[in-house]
Amino acid sequence: MNILVCAKQVPNTNEVKIDPIKGTLIRNGVESILNPDDANALEEALKIKDKYNDTKVTVITMGPPQADDMLRECLAMGADDAILLSDRAFGGADTWATSNTLAAAIRKIKDYDIIFAGRQAIDGDTAQVGPQIAERLGIPQVTYVQKFDVNGDEVTVERQLEDGYEIIKVKTPVLLTAVKELNIPRYMNVEGIYNAYKKDITVWGINNLPVEKENVGLDASPTKVFRSFTPEPKGKGIVIEGTTKEKANELLNKLNQKHII
Amino acid sequence: MLEKKHEMIRKLAREFAEKELAPYATEVDKTGEYSKDVIDKLAKYKFTGITIPKEYGGAGGDYRSLAIVMEEFARKDASITSYIMANSLSGAPYLYYGTEEQKQKFLKPMVLGEKIGAFGLTEPGAGSDASSIETTAESDGDDYIINGRKCFITMGPVCDHIVAFCKTDRQAKGTKGISAIIVESFREGFSRGKEEDKLGIRGSKTSDIIFDNVRVPKENLLGKEGEGFKLAMSILDAGRITVSSQALGLAQGALDEAIKYTKERIQFGKPISKLQNTQFVIADMATKVETARALIYNTAEKYDKKVGNITKEAAMCKYYAGEIANQVAYASLQLHGGYGFMKEYAIERIYRDARIMSIYEGTSEIQKVVISGILLK
Repeated sequence: MNILVCAKQVPNTNEVKIDPIKGTLIRNGVESILNPDDANALEEALKIKDKYNDTKVTVITMGPPQADDMLRECLAMGADDAILLSDRAFGGADTWATSNTLAAAIRKIKDYDIIFAGRQAIDGDTAQVGPQIAERLGIPQVTYVQKFDVNGDEVTVERQLEDGYEIIKVKTPVLLTAVKELNIPRYMNVEGIYNAYKKDITVWGINNLPVEKENVGLDASPTKVFRSFTPEPKGKGIVIEGTTKEKANELLNKLNQKHII
Repeated sequence: MLEKKHEMIRKLAREFAEKELAPYATEVDKTGEYSKDVIDKLAKYKFTGITIPKEYGGAGGDYRSLAIVMEEFARKDASITSYIMANSLSGAPYLYYGTEEQKQKFLKPMVLGEKIGAFGLTEPGAGSDASSIETTAESDGDDYIINGRKCFITMGPVCDHIVAFCKTDRQAKGTKGISAIIVESFREGFSRGKEEDKLGIRGSKTSDIIFDNVRVPKENLLGKEGEGFKLAMSILDAGRITVSSQALGLAQGALDEAIKYTKERIQFGKPISKLQNTQFVIADMATKVETARALIYNTAEKYDKKVGNITKEAAMCKYYAGEIANQVAYASLQLHGGYGFMKEYAIERIYRDARIMSIYEGTSEIQKVVISGILLK
């Protein structure tokens, strides 16, 4: 079975701050990591590989040359191959242009049964690229996968909803997006790290892909950022002290004062 | 000094230590036991065979990688490193002197986490003076008959086999006539002393190993008869790099605790990190830690690249890191004040764990003998 995993290198948003004047992320000095949901996507692919020897897991990403680090991390976790789509022409892409680029690469790869992607990336939080790829390839998709099982060419998943889940059966080829409840990603492996640095990572530029220049990168991106801002932090809450009756009275007073009731 | 792959090893080791070791370090200090889950993971992710070639189940890595893992693990929990000893004292004798059959039979299962090995040199009457061992192995046809007692054996209470250094030639004087012999725990006459109740690294298990007319086949001889002492000494360079990186990690952990605590602790109306004494003490601690780090990784790199003899540098690593681990732990506890004396704070454990660093695998004094011996030759 051939499994593709779409991954993204993202800034560790736990550490990221927003430039108050420019309204953009300050990425300087911030560690880059494998997007957490994508780690779940990779883990599920690797679990299939643990079970079925003839499984090949290929990780694919679009990004700058530095994304090499993240791909080697995926190899060190156990992926077989890694492909980096990197070209100045791809720069400044929104989800529309990104999915176009990734779908072109996947068409070129041709042979795949399951495509795993993370639900969304922690830097943009759009959750669009996975579904868009499936649409462009004309294959079924199931998003928010929290449980997965495969039997031959039939995949059974639980799709997470706000207040429950759906059980969906679907035939391969299929694209699935993973949520963190799906699994706990494994660590890299010491031997895996050594192997990862012995492997070559395939790099494809615009000339290697069956896609027109007009359909990738900034120019092909309909999303225009109008303005970014940091929301005002909420003020401190008020704790009302006293007996239950006093607290209730005080609360009523305050709500009245604010014309809430 | 360090390559990209080393940075990734550090990332892995740090994440593993933060998630799998740090949350349990206090509990392990109390009970002396690790969960099976953690121990299994050490083998699963190949921490048990970093420097061991792939043929024997390892990762085929270098000593810088091992030093990084030791440092990051010990930063959170100094005891755990006993469980990856196949990389050093308990595995190296097989790796460098074992026959192919011995490597497959003894080394590989250790690396895969199926068996536990041990290194038996020290005896009640032979500590720093390691050549004065009294355990004997007498030749009897195709067997040796072993009698004697080894003490302070790391993993003694649980080991499946031990490399025991024995006198095979009673007439030979000094370091001569000593041989390294593998003794399995299932052999008749093999027994263990009671588990030692230690000041620190309480997650690591220690006991005596007693041989009472233990009969082992001669195929259990490691290396050549009479060359056991040479064998022991030759693997000590790498062993010293390993132990010094453990001391380095412990010191870094003590520094981490000091930084965290002094920023939180308010006295005289401000965090004590705003006091100049605290600032100077922290600067001193950090400088010592960084000096040890530079020395250790520089020596490990020389060892990896086989650039000449590193005996002197390895002894310097062990001497310096062992000493500063104690100094830094002391200073950190002092900054913690009374709270540092309480078990609620990690520094209480770190301070106790530090004490062994300047003692085992050659005391600071022995390291000075080695260093000066080379300089004044």
